[in-house]
Amino acid sequence: MDSALIPEGAKRCPFPVFAAGIAIVGVVVLWGVYAMGLCWLKGLNQTNMNDYYGFALWIWADLAVIAIGGGAFFTGLLRYVFGIDELKNIINLTVVIGFICYSSALLILAIDIGQPLRGWFIFWHANVHSMLTEVAFCLSLYFSVLTIEFIPLILENRQVDKVPFFHNLGHNMHGVMAIFAATGAFLSCFHQGSLGGVAGVMYARPFAYREGLLVWPWTFFLFTWSAAAYGPCFTLTVLKMFEGITKKKLVKDNVVHLLAKISGWMIFTYIIAKIIDTIYWATVTAPSQGFKLMDFYSDNAFYGIWILILEIVICGIVPAIILTKKSFRENSRLLLIAVVLGTLGVCLNRWVMVLQIMAVPVMSFDTWALYFPSWQEIATTVLPVAYGIILIALAYRYLPVFPQEKELNAD
Amino acid sequence: MKQDNHGKNHKYGMVIDLDKCTGCGSCMVACMSENNVPFKEDETRKKDSITWMRVYKLTNGKPFPETEICYMPRPCMHCGGKGDHGHSPCVSVCPAVATDYDHSTGIVSQIYTRCFGCRYCMGACPYHVRYFNWWDPKWPEGMENYLSPDVSPRMRGVVEKCSFCFHRYQQAKDRAYVEEREEIEEQEYQTACTQACPAGAITFGDLNNPDHAVHQMVKPDPHACGKPRNPKAFRLLERLETNPKVYYISERDWVRKAGDNYLEGEWEKVKNNHDKGHE
Ligand code: SF4
Ligand code: SF4
Repeated sequence: MDSALIPEGAKRCPFPVFAAGIAIVGVVVLWGVYAMGLCWLKGLNQTNMNDYYGFALWIWADLAVIAIGGGAFFTGLLRYVFGIDELKNIINLTVVIGFICYSSALLILAIDIGQPLRGWFIFWHANVHSMLTEVAFCLSLYFSVLTIEFIPLILENRQVDKVPFFHNLGHNMHGVMAIFAATGAFLSCFHQGSLGGVAGVMYARPFAYREGLLVWPWTFFLFTWSAAAYGPCFTLTVLKMFEGITKKKLVKDNVVHLLAKISGWMIFTYIIAKIIDTIYWATVTAPSQGFKLMDFYSDNAFYGIWILILEIVICGIVPAIILTKKSFRENSRLLLIAVVLGTLGVCLNRWVMVLQIMAVPVMSFDTWALYFPSWQEIATTVLPVAYGIILIALAYRYLPVFPQEKELNAD
Repeated sequence: MKQDNHGKNHKYGMVIDLDKCTGCGSCMVACMSENNVPFKEDETRKKDSITWMRVYKLTNGKPFPETEICYMPRPCMHCGGKGDHGHSPCVSVCPAVATDYDHSTGIVSQIYTRCFGCRYCMGACPYHVRYFNWWDPKWPEGMENYLSPDVSPRMRGVVEKCSFCFHRYQQAKDRAYVEEREEIEEQEYQTACTQACPAGAITFGDLNNPDHAVHQMVKPDPHACGKPRNPKAFRLLERLETNPKVYYISERDWVRKAGDNYLEGEWEKVKNNHDKGHE
């Protein structure tokens, strides 16, 4: 039915099967849109956030999607700026994932603010001292860059490409993509860092506060580094999911192993920096503010020391070892474990930097503030996931996302 | 920097005597009605009930009959921030400058029509003095007649907090201007909670003005040789360098200890220093 739109030589499932899948995910989207409407029309009283927990599930989801979307800027940097040519076979996937993640992040922000119609104040009345201002500027600009990077892929659709104007436009855009990729990498470095800075500059919140280098707290650099390190893990996780669902090989092993290796060394160096940061914070920063490490991980029903162990050891050191050692990363099962752990690790880091910060009591007579999200929050957090599934499914079906697919599946 | 009163910088602040406070809640009520704090649909949702002034109940944790209670009123601390240059935890993070530090008064303002409700300021304030308007403001039938015309009611989706009844400062300044005076008197600008406190536990004034009671209450005790301030006075979470303009006074060690977080052995050192100062 839609075979004229499918890339030449590629095999796709029958249209009714595809449409049924999209419809199922579409129901989830509608559920999310309904919840989003409630939040916009009735206000944030639809959530379970409160005056102790003003940052909650959404902001975590926001930070998490931006971190895992980091594969786009980092792979772009490697491909276009450092000239690692093999990565051209996976760059389209990273761009699609990046586009989904960043559009989701902007959507979440639009739902999260109490006065969405005043969202533009952040640009108009910009406070240059606020990390959030930097985030807003870089995020919007980087989303524009991602859109520009996504357009040539759309123009490569079989039918669109037949129109000479679009064909030439796509061709020319490819030619200048290095400039956009470099701009995107620069912008992304800043907003990933600023998101880390958002927590790190809160000097009156000992769990978040990090001392700084020049005007930036350590978390500024840790966030950029972790997004670059773990972003490719998410790209590879999505690739493996695709290969599992379609039962096809979509990208050659050498490309996968190369990206895995780079990601592994990035995680390795990041986790060393994170360990040093944690030790310094636990032994110098926190005690100077009257806290011991265990004050942040005890006396409550949820936030135990297991979080720190899970983040640093299980989701940090373990994937770093697997991905840096050739024989391990070339074992497909171990590779899958590593990239999934890496993705979970960076999401957990963002969780801690958003939710645990709010939960830790600061006044000596205060208690832990635990929180459970309302269904509206859950629905609006699931919404971008469902939207992402639909968009990536459409991209896979109709666009040449995987340039090696034809060659690898020529039977 | 623009300054009023011929370049003199005021530093309005509050001293609360915790040994006098009985926890009656008059300050909370006075503050709510003075500042048009709306009624809540569901008052059981305590963590989103707005009380610019909140009274905490502290206990020494000892069993009866040694149990002691202290009531601690908590307005916005109007933090000066590191170096007292307006880097209050909340001000420096607000992306839209919807909250700002007024250098001529030391008051941290809140501009409701500028705030877009990102709540970053709430995350940065460790004292939980900032409240988000989760609901549309409501006044039961007839109660809207009690709205103060000097304070704007806040709409859903913005953050609000104690302003040290800043409208009263403006009124006092206007009065002084009309009467061709350069300065306002101490009693001309008082917050609603100060006036309402039946125990006289709250004192308000200019911490920079040696004639004002607040200055004298926290200034160095003549017996506390070389101590920077009255050893019975403390501020909440002082070591975080938020530099609050609200001081608390108590004779009781455990109350002063509750003002900050101390590691093992640290409090004893602080207390010994205080005691030595008294000798
Ligand atoms: S108490 Fe909180 S809201 Fe008030 S000035 Fe300090 S940080 Fe800002
Ligand atoms: S909630 Fe309002 S005052 Fe607070 S940081 Fe955001 S815009 Fe500024």
